[in-house]
Amino acid sequence: MQAKKRGREDVLGVGAIVVITGILALVGIGNAIDTPFQIQMWTLLTACVLGVAGLVWHTARDQQGDQTKYENGIVKAGVFASMFWGVAGLLVGVIIALQLAFPNLFYFPDFGWLNFGRLRPLHTSAVIFAFGGNVLIATSFYVVQRTCRARLAGGMWPWFVFWGYQLFIALAGTGYLLGITEGREYAEPPWYTDLWLTVVWVAYLLVFLGTIWKRQEKHIYVANWFYLAFIVTIAMLHIVNNLALPVSFAGSFSYSAFSGVQDALTQWWYGHNAVGFFLTAGFLAIMYYFVPKRAERPVYSYRLSIIHFWALIFLYIWAGPHHLHYTALPQWAQTLGMTFSIMLWMPSWGGMINGLMTLSGAWDKLRTDPVLRMLVVSVAFYGMSTFEGPVMSIRAVNSLSHYTDWTIGHVHSGALGWVGFVSFGALYCLVPWLWKRERLHSMALVDWHFWLATIGIVLYITSMWVAGIMQGLMWRAYNDFGFLEYSFVETVEAMHPYYIIRAAGGALYLVGALIMAYNLWRTARGDAPARERATDVPAAGVAVAAE
Amino acid sequence: MWSFHRWFERHSLILIVGILLVVSIGGLVQITPLFFIESTIERVDGVRPYTPLELAGRQIYIREGCYVCHSQMIRPLRDEVERYGHYSLAAESMYDHPFQWGSKRTGPDLARVGGRYSDEWHRAHLADPRSVVPESVMPPYAFLQRPLNTAHIGEHLAANRTLRVPYTDEQMANASTDVAAQAEPNGEHAYDFQQRYPTAAVRDFDGDPAHVTEMDALIAYLQMLGTGVNFNTYQAEAAGNDR
Repeated sequence: MQAKKRGREDVLGVGAIVVITGILALVGIGNAIDTPFQIQMWTLLTACVLGVAGLVWHTARDQQGDQTKYENGIVKAGVFASMFWGVAGLLVGVIIALQLAFPNLFYFPDFGWLNFGRLRPLHTSAVIFAFGGNVLIATSFYVVQRTCRARLAGGMWPWFVFWGYQLFIALAGTGYLLGITEGREYAEPPWYTDLWLTVVWVAYLLVFLGTIWKRQEKHIYVANWFYLAFIVTIAMLHIVNNLALPVSFAGSFSYSAFSGVQDALTQWWYGHNAVGFFLTAGFLAIMYYFVPKRAERPVYSYRLSIIHFWALIFLYIWAGPHHLHYTALPQWAQTLGMTFSIMLWMPSWGGMINGLMTLSGAWDKLRTDPVLRMLVVSVAFYGMSTFEGPVMSIRAVNSLSHYTDWTIGHVHSGALGWVGFVSFGALYCLVPWLWKRERLHSMALVDWHFWLATIGIVLYITSMWVAGIMQGLMWRAYNDFGFLEYSFVETVEAMHPYYIIRAAGGALYLVGALIMAYNLWRTARGDAPARERATDVPAAGVAVAAE
Repeated sequence: MWSFHRWFERHSLILIVGILLVVSIGGLVQITPLFFIESTIERVDGVRPYTPLELAGRQIYIREGCYVCHSQMIRPLRDEVERYGHYSLAAESMYDHPFQWGSKRTGPDLARVGGRYSDEWHRAHLADPRSVVPESVMPPYAFLQRPLNTAHIGEHLAANRTLRVPYTDEQMANASTDVAAQAEPNGEHAYDFQQRYPTAAVRDFDGDPAHVTEMDALIAYLQMLGTGVNFNTYQAEAAGNDR
């Protein structure tokens, strides 16, 4: 009915997908062979009903927004979702850290829902995919509009991407608690959730590309190269790694298409490049927009950005086998993985140098602007963990570090230091821009957040370094008689103090995030002076490009 | 010399094609040969598909996220071989969809845990880990003492066979009786089951003869881990096994 008025194909398209999915969910409920699957299908059906209601409400109001302005509503929603999932994911992290330190905490022998084995995927998925993913979607929608000087393409489709992605998170997360998993790290969601994400991801790519096609700038800005590489490569990794055969189309079980050694390498090709493209390329895009913006300086080197972009995406994809050193994976594949991991150090530091040197002439701002300080420290952590990574990929080092908490520490220096801080920095920039405020509600609170989180990270990674290296050394220690010095459980016992320190570090980081949420809330609510940004409109004829 | 890059910056499709080409190479070179190079998987005697009960147990192992804290991959390092046994072979996980090698040892490696402890120990340990290992940080799994849902076990085997796990027609046809038969040594199907899976253990794994429980399935799976290969006949130095 709307079609004749203004050609709302977007609403019809989204509506068709939602209705078809809802019908499939109904069929799933009717034929379900296991209860968890039935619960998941009810969740899906509820989401589809809400989706249809949302579409009807939207069409009834016939609000397409002012087409001459940027689409800010979706970015605002993304900021909210990022903060929500960030706090949730960190909270689960603190809980499972405490479970390892105090093993009788939150355990219910008669139910499996809150056991470490189910909560740990919930934590990793919540921080990587829910928090990180929402930050990436929100910032990409903001950045692509400004750098193309065009309103977001697709009308209703960006909202489909946003809500579809939240549904993916909700299905995956509740599924873990119910015991639904494919049993491979960071690729745990079941087959139907994977299919749903594929649909959402294709829509995401098309919205992003559609906006680029509408651009009023000749060149595609460097941040968008990284966003594109992230979107396209994640699609490839996701589809190949999740090839699986469901036991029944009305059940949650499926068997991976690959087995044993092939499955292992496919999984770590995926796993390491979830780091490389989700947690690196995507967040480098954030760096390339927000650091120059906040520092009010141009990107340090255009040529460096070209070289390190192509080198980074070419080399990263080879690095997976370093997760499989000394395993039953053929040695040639291990050696290739190690070689490329070491080479990867260079383009990684190319990105770090490009980010840090962008501050040339603006270093004094680090003293006065805690948001910029957060962004810069994130790039420093990026440099540190991308040095530590190649070191750990060396087979001899890996023989000590693998299977220990050193890996966990390494991951968190990247996750908390790099991904977390660059996201926080971007969100601190975005909220005053989006809600048209002069500044944040409180810079002092940003300072508090910065220092609490930094101390938290330091506690976290140093305790895990000590714990991991100690554990690795204890496992291989021999006594004077040539026997193994320690039983396994003695090494578990030795972890106890470090697990407590780690939990404390994580808790500090969580407190920092709560302070941030409060600060952003106060800013958006209007407890900071208002400001109209006259130039923040597409193709305003203003000669100033977004960067 | 930098002007060529304008092509990528001005044409989004060229940029996308460029990205796709560049990110495909690594995976193609590293992963695809594993499906074709014959020496990737060693030739061994004794590795067989999981029995229905073990397969159900493996699903529970996956469901509870055991792989998050336990590896199933012994590296060829002196201390690991002495602690856990012979280093793991690729052949030992060739029927594992998905693999469960793990990446972290919050608890010990389980690749060869089969036969190390009694069923009774596993039972006590799973129900309340700190009752037998006071320093353990493992969660309790007392809830596994509930009936195993065996309704669709035949479809599980069928899915595996489609993925080229060599179940025989006879094994396929009897999956639903075999799943219980393995836990009922005095039952009427125990003998036939043993004919179909000569190297499988037939025991009342969970100490509750009245029911086939999830505990039965999980312990049956744990007790067979790493027990397949006959290392007396395995030629580690043979040309075909040199990786």
